[in-house]
Amino acid sequence: MAVISYREALRAAMREELKRDDKVVIMGEEVAQFNGAYKVTEGLLKEFGPKRIVDTPISEAGFIGLGIGASMLGIRPVMELMFWSFSYVAFDQIVNNAGNIRYMSGGLINCPIVIRGPANGGTNVGATHSHTPEAILASHPGIKVVCPATPYDAKGLMKAAIRDNDPVYVMENTILYNDKGEVPDEDYIVPLGVADVKRVGTDLTIVAHGRAVITSLKAAEILEKEHGVSVEVVDLRSIRPLDEETILASVRKTHRALLVEENKPFCGVDAQIAYLIQSKAFDELDAPIHRVSSIDAPQIYCKRMEDLQMPNVERVVAEALKVLA
Amino acid sequence: MAKPAVLTHPESLKRPAGPSEYAKDPANASMSKAEKIALYTKMARIRHFEQRCIRIYQQGKIGGFLHLYVGQEAVAAGTISLLGKNDHIITGYRDHGHGLMVGMGMNECMAELTGRVTGCSQGKGGSMHYFAPDKNYWGGHGIVGGQAPLGTGLAYAVKYMGLKGSCLVYMGDGAVNQGAVHEAYNLASLWDLPVIFVVENNGYSMGTSQERSTAHPGCLAKRAEGYNMAWDVINGHDVYEVRAKTAIALKRAHEESKPTVLEIFTYRYFGHSMADPDKTYRDKEEIKEYREKKDPVFAFEQELLGEKVLTPELSLKINEAAMAEADKAALFADESPDPTVADITKHIYWEEDNRGPKTTSRGTIIFE
Repeated sequence: MAVISYREALRAAMREELKRDDKVVIMGEEVAQFNGAYKVTEGLLKEFGPKRIVDTPISEAGFIGLGIGASMLGIRPVMELMFWSFSYVAFDQIVNNAGNIRYMSGGLINCPIVIRGPANGGTNVGATHSHTPEAILASHPGIKVVCPATPYDAKGLMKAAIRDNDPVYVMENTILYNDKGEVPDEDYIVPLGVADVKRVGTDLTIVAHGRAVITSLKAAEILEKEHGVSVEVVDLRSIRPLDEETILASVRKTHRALLVEENKPFCGVDAQIAYLIQSKAFDELDAPIHRVSSIDAPQIYCKRMEDLQMPNVERVVAEALKVLA
Repeated sequence: MAKPAVLTHPESLKRPAGPSEYAKDPANASMSKAEKIALYTKMARIRHFEQRCIRIYQQGKIGGFLHLYVGQEAVAAGTISLLGKNDHIITGYRDHGHGLMVGMGMNECMAELTGRVTGCSQGKGGSMHYFAPDKNYWGGHGIVGGQAPLGTGLAYAVKYMGLKGSCLVYMGDGAVNQGAVHEAYNLASLWDLPVIFVVENNGYSMGTSQERSTAHPGCLAKRAEGYNMAWDVINGHDVYEVRAKTAIALKRAHEESKPTVLEIFTYRYFGHSMADPDKTYRDKEEIKEYREKKDPVFAFEQELLGEKVLTPELSLKINEAAMAEADKAALFADESPDPTVADITKHIYWEEDNRGPKTTSRGTIIFE
């Protein structure tokens, strides 16, 4: 098993799928000659040529819509958004077209498209480039959303997404791109809708996704070392489909739940998770469910304040202790 | 009162109906007598289908919006009658005519309007969302201009697969100011994609005349020059002219893999949709004038009578058959069952409808 970065894992997934299926095309701004704005697609143009690795103009509604149209005829485009924040100028294509065509055609047409790119705050770039639209997009039936937190999951989810026959939106994280982890050399996928218990514990369940998983794992260590608390961390990996059973099984074991996400609190993913737990495991709870999310404001530019705006280890530890009190 | 829409057409296009100067164009001269009769029959079927829809709408059986194609028949008929097996089409919400032209049945089309499970989209799409991918018809799209990038993508896929084909992307004159259309123009030209953008200019984007909505250099098609694309303007009441000029664009797509913008001047006899009382923005005289002088179905009938391809008896038979077919479809739509509550959550995800050990999704995907 090789130790590679999250970025390399994504690239390996795309390379393997490009080799496996000649209908797979990589498309986006700066993905080819420039080698990717975040170097995720580095080297792919050299290896696969300009028919498979395609630079687009800065024209998200145009090229994302083009990818959706091509997917209707059986091409499997993997579209890079330089930032998921830019999806907002292509919202009609991403939601109305990709998300609705199968339904409105009574199942006659599929859109096997992948749209991927970073969706995170914490990079000191201000509000317009720091959106985390997983909850917004996952609220639309017809759309699938995954948020890998580790290199293993990044590769496995990306491969599953490319093979999936529905539109799958993969939300990566620029801060995780250099994180390293073990990734198998052989072919594997992480199916969509399967959560992963990243740390086993008995006293408290933390449910998180994306980089909030990494933050929660660090918090769990402190909680164990300094407070003697055994924390279980459930990584959703996939927002829609959602692995409800793994969340509920953990809560039934620990009887306490803290939900951590980098979204803003209003209508965030964890609002849905909290509803799930109270509706299906209410009697199992020994304490109210708590949440840690970003402070409810557009993303602040000032780096020192942005680090406080987002869930950090200190905030997660403090909120965990409240649930345990 | 706004200026009549017909006056916005370039001077060269203001000619009355009459024997078409395009009858001898190779695209038309090559048609057999049977093909000409078939084309007229299809136009008549669109006309009678749409007129039957009005009655059903007025009976309260069609919900939501109903955008009629009456007056614009020659556009869909002329363009689609030229297409081969690797040519695809996609359009906006005024989509019935295109559906009937590609060979969709009146029954499935009518039943979709009344929301029946026997409809082409099983009652899930409605008037604006007809689809028949087995006939290369990719909808039926409700958001103005949103289909332009999709159609460009269909053309991209055709080219990617090495096929000699195209995609015709239809839109109204109101769509030309949407950003998505301009982005599609740019990509189609930049990547040499075999797309034909067909602007069906009926003079009004809903209730706003072209003068009040659109800055243009004489006509809408000329905007293509800004994207280094070929363009042409066409009289939409003359199906022969539509065919002749579309054939050139189609050849450009097939032989050179280059896009074209075609602006086809046409006219709708009814409001933007049935919800439009059609009283505030145009003169009744304007409608009357077009109907009398440039009706596309009547004009083609006259053309074929003149050519002795059609006889008055045969024409009557064709029209009566189309009316009877529409009546039958209306009955079919009436008698068909609704979808069920369980059907509401079908056809959302392929993976959910086809769950198995080999599919890539697990977990909950439809929520309570």
